[in-house]
Formats: sequence, C-alpha cells, structure tokens
Amino acid sequence: MTVATSDTPLARFLHAYFSSRIAVIATLVLLLLTLAAICAPLIAPQNPYDLTKLDIMDSRLEPGKVSSDGKLVYLMGTDEQGRDMLSAILYGLRISIAVGFASTAAALAIGLALGMVAGYAGGRIESLIMRVADIQLSFPPILIALVLLALSGPGVGKIIIALIAVQWAYYARTARSAALVERGKEYMEAAAGLGLSPLRIVLRHLLPNCLPPLIVIAALQVASAISLEATLSFLGLGLPVTEPSLGLLISNGFQYLLSGTYWISFYPGLALLLTVAAINLVADQLRDVLNPRLQGI
Amino acid sequence: MITFLIRRLLQSILVLLVMSLLVFLGVYAIGNPVDILISPDANQAERARIIAAFGLDQPLWQQYLLFLRNAAAGNLGRSFAFATPALGLILERFPATMELAVSAMLLSVLLGIPLGLFAGLRPKGLAGKTIMTASILGFSLPTFWVGLMLIMVFAVKLGWLPSSGRGATVNVLGVPLSFLTRDGLEHLLLPAFNLALFNIALVIRLTRAGTQEALQQEYVRFARAKGLRNGRIIGVHVLKNILIPIVTVIALQFGSLIAFAIVTETVFAWPGMGKLIIDSIRVLDRPVIVAYLMLIVTLFIVINLVVDVLYSLLDPRVRLAEAK
Repeated sequence: MTVATSDTPLARFLHAYFSSRIAVIATLVLLLLTLAAICAPLIAPQNPYDLTKLDIMDSRLEPGKVSSDGKLVYLMGTDEQGRDMLSAILYGLRISIAVGFASTAAALAIGLALGMVAGYAGGRIESLIMRVADIQLSFPPILIALVLLALSGPGVGKIIIALIAVQWAYYARTARSAALVERGKEYMEAAAGLGLSPLRIVLRHLLPNCLPPLIVIAALQVASAISLEATLSFLGLGLPVTEPSLGLLISNGFQYLLSGTYWISFYPGLALLLTVAAINLVADQLRDVLNPRLQGI
Repeated sequence: MITFLIRRLLQSILVLLVMSLLVFLGVYAIGNPVDILISPDANQAERARIIAAFGLDQPLWQQYLLFLRNAAAGNLGRSFAFATPALGLILERFPATMELAVSAMLLSVLLGIPLGLFAGLRPKGLAGKTIMTASILGFSLPTFWVGLMLIMVFAVKLGWLPSSGRGATVNVLGVPLSFLTRDGLEHLLLPAFNLALFNIALVIRLTRAGTQEALQQEYVRFARAKGLRNGRIIGVHVLKNILIPIVTVIALQFGSLIAFAIVTETVFAWPGMGKLIIDSIRVLDRPVIVAYLMLIVTLFIVINLVVDVLYSLLDPRVRLAEAK
C-alpha cells in the first residue's frame, strides 16, 4: 500500500516538523548526543572512573597531547587526576541527560494527573491543587530546588525529586486549562451520553486532546531541567562527586581556571550548551507545528 | 482593592508560617552542627556547655516555638560560624546583592530594547536574524559556565577586568556601593552582565514581538500618513505602546534575578547574600540558612504583591478584587 500515506496526521506532522533546516540539524545533534551518552562505556577512550586506568603523570595536559604511555591522544585534555576529559564528558552527559529526562517524565505524569483531575472534577479539589501550584510558581525554580536540596543534601534521587517539585506545577496548570476547554466540547458530552465510565472518558477522550501543549512544555522543561541540575551540581548542591554530571565537571575545572587551564571547564560546558540548545530548538519547532497560537513567545 | 489586599496579606502570612515550619524541620534533617561547632578534642563538659548555649538540647517543638517567638521580634538566631546575629549577617550583604540585581536589570533594558527594536524593524535582514539567533543562545547558555568563560577571557587572558570581589566601595547613607568608583564599576561589570544575559535575551524577544505587532496597527499607519519622521514614529509612538508589557515582565523578573544572583555571586566571589547562603549550606550554619530562606520568602511575597498592585494601576482592565 503506497496510497495516501502522506495524509495521515503523523505524516503531516513530520512534514511540517522537518520543513525547517534548523530543526533538522537540532534533531540530528540531539540524537547524536543521546546516542553518545547511551553508548558512553563503549565509545569513551577510557573509563574515567576506573582509577587504575588514570596516570597522574598525565595531570592537566592540554588538548591534543599524547598520554605518557603513548596509547591515547587526549582530544580535550585531562583534568588534575590525569583523566581524559572527552571520556569524562561522555559519562557526564549520560548522567545529565538521564536526570533531565527522568525528572521531566515523572513531573509530567504527576502534573498531568493532578491538572486533569482539577480540570475534570472542579470544586474544592481544583482550588486546592491550583492554589498550591500558583504559590509555587510565584517563586523561581532555582530557589525552590535550592531550599529542597539545602534541606535534603545532595544525591541522585534527591535532585530528581527537587526537579520534579520544580516542574509539576507547569504541567498541572496547562493540563487543567486544556481540560477545562475540552470539557465543554460536544465529544465529551457524547462520551458521557454513551454512559462511559469517568476513568475511560478521562484516559481515552480527554487525555489525547490535552497532550499537544504539554508535549511542548515538557520538551522545553527537559532543557531547563538539565540546565538547572548542572547549576545546582556546580554549586555543590546537586549530584554527589561519585556521579559526576557536566555541572560537576565544570565546577572541578573552576579552581584551575585562573591559572589558565581552561579546558577542564570549557569542554563540559560546551557539551552542556550544545545539549540544551538542541533541545530548545527541537521544542521551538514542536511548538510551532503543534500549537501555532503560541508562536513568538 | 482593600479586600484584595487583606486576603493577600492573610495568604502571605499562611505561606510564611508553612515555610517557616518546613524550613525549620528540614534544616534539622541535615547533619549535626555539633560535629562542626565543637573541635573533636573538646571534653564532655565542654560539649554539653556549647550544646546548651545554642539551645540544641531542647525538644524540637520547643526550639520551633522559641524560633517563632524570636522571629516575630526580628531575631532569627545567631550564626554558628560567625557568632553574630544571622539576620544582621544577611542584611549586611543585602546591598551588594541588590546592587548586582539592579545593575543587571538596567543592562538588560539598555541592551535588550534597542536590539529588539532593531530586530523587529528589520526581521528579514542579516543583523536582525543574528540578533534573534543570539537571543535563542542566551536562553540556552548555562549562566554559571558563561560566568567562568567571562572570567577566562576578560580576567585571565586579556587582564582587562578583575575576576572576583566588589572592589572599592563608597558609603552612601551608610550603605556601601560599588558603582560610584572606577574600581568598583570594573568589578561590577562582568557579574552584572553575566546575571543580565538571560534577561537581555528575554527583552530582545519581547521587544521584537511587540514592535512587529505595533507596526501593523492603525495608529502607526496614521502617523505615517500624517508624514511623521520614521524616527519619531518608532521612538515615540511604537516604543510607548510596547513598553508596558516589557516593564511588567522585567519587574516580574526582578525576583528571579535576586535568586539567580546566588550563582553569579558564587562564580565571581561577589560578597552578597547568595554567596553567604551557599557558604552557610556547606558548613551547615543552620540559623543563617533559616534566616536567609525566611527573608527571601518574605521578599518574594512583597515583590509579587507590588507587581500585582502596579499591574492593576498600569492596566485598568485588570481588576484585582475579582481575582480569586
């Protein structure tokens, strides 16, 4: 069957999405980075956290120098322990991307559920959930994460919880307003008239129609979650030293920066910038395609 | 209006109380300050004396009640590390943070509005497109990393500007300010620009969108038909109309600037509240952490209230009393 494939909603979406050259490049970059992060143990020149592989003689070598045993070229230099920065960045990218996606997915699920319940149920439940969301949204995300992490201490689980706490309100608010709009439409009335159970109505009829704006926000939030995690780890509040994300690598290079050793901080930051920018551009294009009303914000 | 204010005030007090409880309980979950305060070779009697002196031997709820009573009187405890009142310690650093945030806000307006206007007037031109791409970059750049790179380029490689501290300050009405001396201004430039980066990008995008929208309006066409100079149409008519939303957003961003100053201050060793809180978290200086969090929550409640009231004054269509 070769007929009419160009007219399915998915095909139309893909056509619109890939009509922008920047979006194509950003998507490719993002795919490459994600692939590199997933395959880090396979493609990294060195296991950066196996201390037996590190040679202290190679401490703080400039990019392009050859290791003292002559086996390895340090493309991005080494840090103070003689660790290959390229390998450290690949491993760091893995942690940063994993934390960003995991926290966004969890926050999306929680926010979506709460927002739809609020929009569908209305009444007291709605005003309680929305009041909490409003109050939370009146504080900047970094401050909320800072409070939570100052209280709980660093750790992978803790930073994911902090990032969820920061994000859920955005989804709850958007899901509620989408649910409110959809609730008044005829197909919802028809579904209720058919005698379907509320759970089925919410999951099969309400949810799919509320998703597009949420996908856009989630895409943008992955970028800000990765950025926020890096910032918190840089401040020493995020991930512990045993889970070195990009932010922690940059922080390690900070103390050597003033003596002119720039590469320990520079390259991890570049990787972070590339990741965040690629995700932002993908999210921008998603927004333009899925929700033309939001353009220009 | 008055009903609105009263309701908001009551809500604010509730938020403050909940926050104080959360912060107080939470701060007790992190580490034991006794280990940091008392040298390991102190004997038992000395340990007990110091624990009693800081009130750490009492039950938690009593410590909380005592904390609330003292907080109402403006006493948020004494810093473990500095042995001075925590609130005083923070207020001492408050002007530095405010100076940084205000400078960043000015920079974002002074750079963002002209660039955004330019991009809005010539959206198809190379310069306009470059400005827009740069503004997308401004959203994606990790602030702390840009700070490091600014230090790298301007302090280490070029040696033009200092990398840390506040430089020479001048006291104005007892408040030390950096921007009045050349040395202080040099110290201020990099951190302020770093902190402003995100907002510059934001203002560029808002101004561009506003300009493009305004150019389609009847009044611009009328002004052109009247034969007004282009400069006057843009400088007076367009600018006046796009300014209100920009000013509102910038005012709303002021709180985030103060929050984000934590990062900038840490990078540039700027002696403000943000650096103090990070240092205090590292050494588990509980009273300072609690005092900072309480102060910043209060600050945000005030900022949000002021913005809401200002908004209703600027735009009569917004009715506060009707807001829930």
